[in-house]
Amino acid sequence: MDKRYLDYLDQLEAEAIHIMREVAGQFQKPALLFSGGKDSITLVRLAEKAFRPGKFPFPLVHIDTGHNFPEAIQYRDELAERLGEKLIVRHVEDTIKKQNLSEAKGRYASRNGLQTYTLLETIEEFGFDCCIGGARRDEEKARAKERIFSVRDEFGQWDPKRQRPELWNTYNGRIAMGENVRAFPISNWTELDVWNYIKRENIALPNIYYTHERECLVRDGKLMAWSDFIYRDPEEEIVTRKVRFRTVGDMTCTAAVESVAYDVDAVIAEIIESKISERGATRIDDKLSETAMEDRKKGGYF
Amino acid sequence: MDILRFITAGSVDDGKSTLIGRLLYDTKQIYIDQLEAIESSGRVNEDGQVDLSLLTDGLKAEREQGITIDVAYKYFSTPKRKFIIADAPGHVQYTRNMVTGASNSNLSIILVDARKGVQEQTRRHSIISSLLGIPHLVICINKMDLVGFDETVYNQIVEDYKQFAKKLNAKDITFIPISALKGDNVVDRSVLMPWYNGPSLLEHLEQVPVSSDFNLENARFPVQYVIRPHTHEHHDYRGYAGKVISGTYRKGDKVTVLPSGLTSTIKSVELGGKELEEAFAPMSVVLQLEDDVDISRGDVIVKEEENLEVTKEFEALVCWMNNKPLKPGAKLLLRHNSTETRAIVRQIQYKVDVNGLDNILDADQVQLNDICRVQLKTATPLLLDKYEDNRANGGFILVDETSFTTVGAGMVASITHESELNYMI
Ligand SMILES: Nc1nc2c(ncn2[C@@H]2O[C@H](COP(=O)(O)OP(=O)(O)O)[C@@H](O)[C@H]2O)c(=O)[nH]1
Repeated sequence: MDKRYLDYLDQLEAEAIHIMREVAGQFQKPALLFSGGKDSITLVRLAEKAFRPGKFPFPLVHIDTGHNFPEAIQYRDELAERLGEKLIVRHVEDTIKKQNLSEAKGRYASRNGLQTYTLLETIEEFGFDCCIGGARRDEEKARAKERIFSVRDEFGQWDPKRQRPELWNTYNGRIAMGENVRAFPISNWTELDVWNYIKRENIALPNIYYTHERECLVRDGKLMAWSDFIYRDPEEEIVTRKVRFRTVGDMTCTAAVESVAYDVDAVIAEIIESKISERGATRIDDKLSETAMEDRKKGGYF
Repeated sequence: MDILRFITAGSVDDGKSTLIGRLLYDTKQIYIDQLEAIESSGRVNEDGQVDLSLLTDGLKAEREQGITIDVAYKYFSTPKRKFIIADAPGHVQYTRNMVTGASNSNLSIILVDARKGVQEQTRRHSIISSLLGIPHLVICINKMDLVGFDETVYNQIVEDYKQFAKKLNAKDITFIPISALKGDNVVDRSVLMPWYNGPSLLEHLEQVPVSSDFNLENARFPVQYVIRPHTHEHHDYRGYAGKVISGTYRKGDKVTVLPSGLTSTIKSVELGGKELEEAFAPMSVVLQLEDDVDISRGDVIVKEEENLEVTKEFEALVCWMNNKPLKPGAKLLLRHNSTETRAIVRQIQYKVDVNGLDNILDADQVQLNDICRVQLKTATPLLLDKYEDNRANGGFILVDETSFTTVGAGMVASITHESELNYMI
């Protein structure tokens, strides 16, 4: 084999680092949106590779729905502390009070929609001109056409018709007043790529990514983590199962999968075997309509 | 395991979406829930099978119009390779999307309907692939089931295509007879075409050599960002962060910084705080130099031995991507790697006929989806390579000065160096 051979993970890593440095080079006030999930944890590792021994040229920003897994929150705080990087947390709860928003109630109540308001408020508060996110194009059909630099208007809205052509490795971050950009360094990674990278880099994850026993509410054939935040219909059953999470979002709309995968190798084996995609397995809110994701993107959600 | 990036092109209804659906389906990259969503949308084809092409259709507006209007990216992998597909639509007016998808691809799959043979769009897509410097072309003659898997039909199309391809600057062309719908020669070799001895499409995609597509000769390192930690431990540290877009860099290499022309020696090559023996394309690394030279974003670190010059004047092929026509005298922003500068279109020399590769001389106005050759002058000097010599350093984008949208994709065709300019005066 040629000595100058770059493995696919190295190629993906090199591309992601390049994108992060373009963000740092082209924007005045970037931020990295950190959710505590594996994709944003991967972004943080990539930022270390891009900017060490310097500091990150952006803070980590978390929009907290108040319904997060405590394990993810603890992980977030420890990570920021260990890296010595700045962490900004803004709460959906506060936006609800301030803007007098009403929360959805009932079975499909989730704060995902409201998260958008808090995100836009936070962007305005700090004047962020670019937010780095961990979205990937393999997650969902509407994302397959997303740009790596995605321009949003001042309402955070995404207009598929206004997207700029993106050529070679040249990213156009020029924006007008009021506009901002979402940048997606791991656009070209799949769920499996992320896990393989986590394995290679030996990255510790919140333990809810691995198997554990948990009380779950059975809803539409899915297992939802049972907590105070979740509404329960009287006929909905609560069971105890060995589960893990494939994504770690808001507890009210992130489902668990039954699993005995206790470490990264076991998870990788499971994903290779699995026949249900990550979003399908875990996001109740995407089920609501076939174009749910696209509608949310247009509304300013990631 | 490495990565192959490819683009798929073809006229509408040649079976592009079905082919991609088939590749994903047969390599088991389609998940049950995605299939269910498609089944629940109620679209099945004549055979009563779910319509695999729905897997690649993207946004709602497009679904309503029933055509794909933008580049969508799809992923699959086999134990040998990870594949990134840029799915560019085949609609006549969308040259811009094909150019976009082609810009990052190592390989282009062009579909030909076996019943129709080589069409205007076949030529157009081949020409665009060749202009964009895609090293490998695969011509898939599709719908072989509809011509009785007939060898003579296939041979005739191959002959016709070869005749046309003489004009192209294509190094590697492969022909494969397939049926995307039935799966023949897509993943598994077809038993119905025993006369064909070549690989299936997937086998070919797994084998085609891609590491040689990176230019490892001409070292180019555009600086994206300067790392200055200002900490006690790294008090005097200055790292130049960027990507080796071509060539190789090692500790001890003598380098020149352009456009300033200052020289130094590489003190270390690093990634994530660890020292590397060597960096090569396409790695993202940090370079430290022995001397305290003034370097900022947009500068390029090259090897001293190459004796390179920067330039403000050059000619390029430009694919115009905006509704407003391009006119001589237009002022635009030009982004080339990590440099942004202002540029003026001094002259539009000719338009390229993407259906036949002839030059159209009368070209005062360039419309959306036109490809033309222009003379450009920039405000700051750039380190350019001809696109055909070094794809990674020969491409640039043009940006509108007021809307900031990307309006053109350029490929450097010829360069006038500063020294020659002086000589001419
Ligand atoms: N008989 C036959 N039909 C095909 C084949 N490939 C595609 N088709 C059909 O041709 C039509 C157009 O295919 P589609 O994939 O949507 O074409 P696209 O516009 O190029 O994406 C659909 O009805 C397909 O089922 C093939 O190999 N054989």
